[in-house]
Amino acid sequence: MIKKILIVCTLLPTLLVSVAHAGIEEFKLSNGLKLIVQEDHRSPVVVSQVWYRAGSMDEVNGKTGVAHVLEHMMFKGTNKVKAGQFSRLIAAAGGKENAFTGSDYTCYFQQLEKSHLGLSFKLEADRMANLQLTKEEFDKEIKVVMEERRWRTDDKPQSKVGEAFQAAAYQANPYGRQVIGFMNDLENMTYEDAREWYHDWYAPNNATLVVVGDVKASEVYKLAQQYFGKLSPKVLPVRKPQVEPVQIGERRVLVKAPAKLPYLLMGYHVPALVDTDKDWEPYALEVLAGVLSGNPASRLNQKLVRESQLAIDVSAGYDLLARGHLSLFELDGTPSEGKTVKELEVALLQQIEQVKNSGVTVEELDRVKAGVIASDVYKRDSMFYQAMQIGTIETVGFSYRILEDYPNKLRAVTPEQVQAVAKKYLLQDNLTIATLDPQPMDPNAKPQGKPHVH
Amino acid sequence: MSLKKIQTTLMLSFAMLMMNLSAEAGVKIQQWQTTTGAEVYFVENHDLPIVDLSVNFSAGSVRDTAEKSGLAGITRYLMALGAAGMSDEVIANKMADIGAILGGEFTSDRATFKLRTLSSVREQTQALEVFVKVLQKPDFPQTVLDREKARIIAGLQESATQPESIANKAFMAALYGKHPYSLEESGEVETVSKINREDLQAFYAKYYGAKGSVIAMMGDLTREQANQIAENLSGNLPKASAPEPIPSVILPSQAIEQRIAHPASQSHILLGYPGIKRGDADLFPLYVGNYILGGGGFVSRLTEEVREKRGLVYSVYSYFMPMAELGPFQIGLQTKKEQADVALNLVRETFDKFLKDGVTEKELTAAKANIIGGFPMRIDSNAKILDYLAMIGFYHLPLNYLDEYNGNVDKVTVAQIKETFNRRLKPENFVTIVVGDPKAN
Repeated sequence: MIKKILIVCTLLPTLLVSVAHAGIEEFKLSNGLKLIVQEDHRSPVVVSQVWYRAGSMDEVNGKTGVAHVLEHMMFKGTNKVKAGQFSRLIAAAGGKENAFTGSDYTCYFQQLEKSHLGLSFKLEADRMANLQLTKEEFDKEIKVVMEERRWRTDDKPQSKVGEAFQAAAYQANPYGRQVIGFMNDLENMTYEDAREWYHDWYAPNNATLVVVGDVKASEVYKLAQQYFGKLSPKVLPVRKPQVEPVQIGERRVLVKAPAKLPYLLMGYHVPALVDTDKDWEPYALEVLAGVLSGNPASRLNQKLVRESQLAIDVSAGYDLLARGHLSLFELDGTPSEGKTVKELEVALLQQIEQVKNSGVTVEELDRVKAGVIASDVYKRDSMFYQAMQIGTIETVGFSYRILEDYPNKLRAVTPEQVQAVAKKYLLQDNLTIATLDPQPMDPNAKPQGKPHVH
Repeated sequence: MSLKKIQTTLMLSFAMLMMNLSAEAGVKIQQWQTTTGAEVYFVENHDLPIVDLSVNFSAGSVRDTAEKSGLAGITRYLMALGAAGMSDEVIANKMADIGAILGGEFTSDRATFKLRTLSSVREQTQALEVFVKVLQKPDFPQTVLDREKARIIAGLQESATQPESIANKAFMAALYGKHPYSLEESGEVETVSKINREDLQAFYAKYYGAKGSVIAMMGDLTREQANQIAENLSGNLPKASAPEPIPSVILPSQAIEQRIAHPASQSHILLGYPGIKRGDADLFPLYVGNYILGGGGFVSRLTEEVREKRGLVYSVYSYFMPMAELGPFQIGLQTKKEQADVALNLVRETFDKFLKDGVTEKELTAAKANIIGGFPMRIDSNAKILDYLAMIGFYHLPLNYLDEYNGNVDKVTVAQIKETFNRRLKPENFVTIVVGDPKAN
């Protein structure tokens, strides 16, 4: 229903990630476009996704949100296809389509009956090179994006906490900014800014085309040659590393917004995957997230929600895939009635200390691993999800081939390694804590109940 | 292993070819009744080593009363948190140990338990063992009830501050008056506080019988295995008579407009009227017509007028939610407070014009092309087929519902859409809710 989703950081653990790469084929066009095809013949349908290696992490100050604004503008026509027609042509073929922007990428996709893959390629190739970005269309669409920001962030107290948290955790790296961008940057954005973004980043040599479905890889390759083959590559702007300085002390931020319940979000800087052969720490961190909150009886929920009843909700999360090679190990939760965010914070930190001091059990590890093995099978029931995985991994800078080894990498993690990463990275000086201080709905009314202690 | 895969692939391609020629949907549903009277809907498919199943009871919030609103939802929720002496922790760990996923859904009409497991013997056996106990031997532990009531109440209090929740609640209350569809699925702070263990036991005994329940199964099982599983699932359910029919919805006799103050930057606007039932003879003209009005995402009239031409919203939509009795027809949008009335008037104009002039042949052709052409994507996964099985069974739709789907869409005419919308929806009696009243701040 909602058009043009925007992927914001989530606290869901990314354990549901992996497969044998059976049946996946990779091609490269001479203009640099990479094509990855996974044949899946269970149903006569196809998913096609174009992933650009351009996301909010590539934005500069004063132009935050432009990656996502451009994503909206990509539906506004080329010299051949006028504004809004892209969606109508896909709809007429029975297709579904949308797009989403993240910090690391922008992705456009269609789901179609398999005989219409050519239409998808034709339209995507066209808008990769021939977008007509007019002031008239921009001036309307930027208002839509501002409404999106109001709906997604400004009026959602927990999103505001997330925004403040990211900004505190990252002070130099663009991961500190939200994909949606600051409202003031949106208000001052021009169609030239969007055009500049398009000219900088939209090129075959900055894109990966992922196709999953009831197709033949060799025929998809021919089709890709036919439509994308004639596009010219570009010289891409230099990407600065923008390495985040080491954090040298705990950071705290407070957000006040109309709400009833307080909320706590905390995170430690931790490594993301860099060397796919040698790295083991990211896998150990992922297993740790699973031990803490992989299922309803995992440690955090069992101890803090069910046993001590200190919280009504609590979770942990970590994502090992990040193009910026930076990640956070996050914990969040909502204290129960009569409990404070401070009490919840202390309890969460105690759980972390317990891992550092006493480690995790083999039983807990086996449970996490069983989930990984099962997910590896379950995901084959969703072509879209399989395409998402391939696209994410490739755009972040790795080969889809790491999927093959992913379950083994997780299986190889030992209790000692989980304890070791906790000891090494989950340190107070490396911690950022954001809290929501709920405000009464009526600005003149007094807060109900006991004041919240921070 | 790889040889088997190739064979499967070839057979599947052949099946697809047949399907295209015969224009059939190609989902072969097997249907029977268990000895205790549960209805079973099964599709056998061995492509993936997965078993998906759901058990559906007519035990949604429509079975609640205003005094104990929330009871139906808490009953369903607590069933998975203690059964046959197993604690919530043991249940969750037993499922996690084998990578099985125990889930469920809860709506006004329906309480559903879902299970997804690997089909290998050890996994399947353990998952089903626990699942059967959850359905047949719930303990409703007092300590768990107390804990979960506190969590639900906290959630309700939080929802009462959030504009989207406030709008939805006000909309259903205004649309359905005293009908149980007006009841909030999670209940109310005051009513949840009153619910006790005996209430849960009595509700379970009354609404979780085999008669009237529907078991849907999809995946890597033989018919014989499916039969055995269905017998086990339904064998020791409470001995209850089939649940009584849900009362008819009384159509509103006058317009209701509520404006509720809220400090948010956007107004949340909902408009609507009681819509249709599952199996309703008007379903297809209304569904196809609504695609043109506000269901077809980017290409709908509402999106075109309100978002594309004027940039007033991020999202504007309309839908029919067919239920056992008349489910809601709803139009919804969010927009900056200062322009809320402009947007609301534009939505009303667009809708009035839609009623007055109907749709064009061109629009209808495009709508049919999308809905019919998109049919393969409705049934391209086990998870999706499972949900269709449960829906067909629970709402007593014909077994060939999916086979006839495209034909039913194709039959819809321009005249029929206009006539049906005008007969079924009365804008002069619409409910309108605006949370974040522009004039209140």
